[in-house]
Amino acid sequence: MFEQVFFIFVAVVTLGFALIVVTNKNLFHAALALMVTFLGVAITYVTLGAGFLAMAQLLVYIGAISILIIFGIMMTRRMMSADEEPFNSQAGLSLFTAVAFFLLVAYVFITYWPTTPADAMLAQMTPVDPAILNNSVVALGQAFVSPNAYVLPFEIASVMLLAALVGSIFIAKPRIQEDEA
Amino acid sequence: MIPMSWYLLFAAALFAIGLYGVMARRNTVAILMSVELLLNAVNINLITFWRYLTPDRSVGLAWAVFVLAVAAAEAAVGLALIISVYRNRDSVVAEELDVLRN
Repeated sequence: MFEQVFFIFVAVVTLGFALIVVTNKNLFHAALALMVTFLGVAITYVTLGAGFLAMAQLLVYIGAISILIIFGIMMTRRMMSADEEPFNSQAGLSLFTAVAFFLLVAYVFITYWPTTPADAMLAQMTPVDPAILNNSVVALGQAFVSPNAYVLPFEIASVMLLAALVGSIFIAKPRIQEDEA
Repeated sequence: MIPMSWYLLFAAALFAIGLYGVMARRNTVAILMSVELLLNAVNINLITFWRYLTPDRSVGLAWAVFVLAVAAAEAAVGLALIISVYRNRDSVVAEELDVLRN
């Protein structure tokens, strides 16, 4: 009972702040609401037993990406005056599409999941040996460096991060030197 | 206990909100924030399926970590592009970036 009340509370708060993110005229307030949304998602990870990913979410999303976005907002500040229209001309159509998408997915979840044979398993979390859950981070780390699992995607991800690092420095650097030459 | 569909509905609602933001906002930084919401919704789905269906295998966690890495790279490159465009065109409104239209 407590679990369900807690989940609903976290979900409502997270979705409410997500709505602030997409509707608030003041971009800075939207970025702060985005941080609360990330925190709610991290708490959801904890309730799912993925504590490592919750910490990664705190570090990467709240610690890095939110700060990066706030920097981006501050550097492009002149265009974010509060009296400017935040939505484009297709906002109504977009709202209809998003609501229709959610209703369709919710219909599928509510209608078709209970008819599957695995329903008894999905009504609650699969009972699992706590040792396996406690060991999931060790298993994840070994899977990342195992040639039989994810070592290639892991290395490609590191190269991609390096490429993103160099690429963003190159794209964002001022071109003053070229003008003088 | 919490049924699996609750988590999936929560993720779907978050995805729908992000989808609305991507389609309706004018400011490109706001569009980038909405994309982060989309990626978070996808990650909730991955972790949910991992916990309910294959908690003894690390495939769901591994994919979620890859999504996290791609999201970090995407935010960095996206903001670099926005800052570069702002420097050249004095605007971050998506509709005014129409150099390639004609």
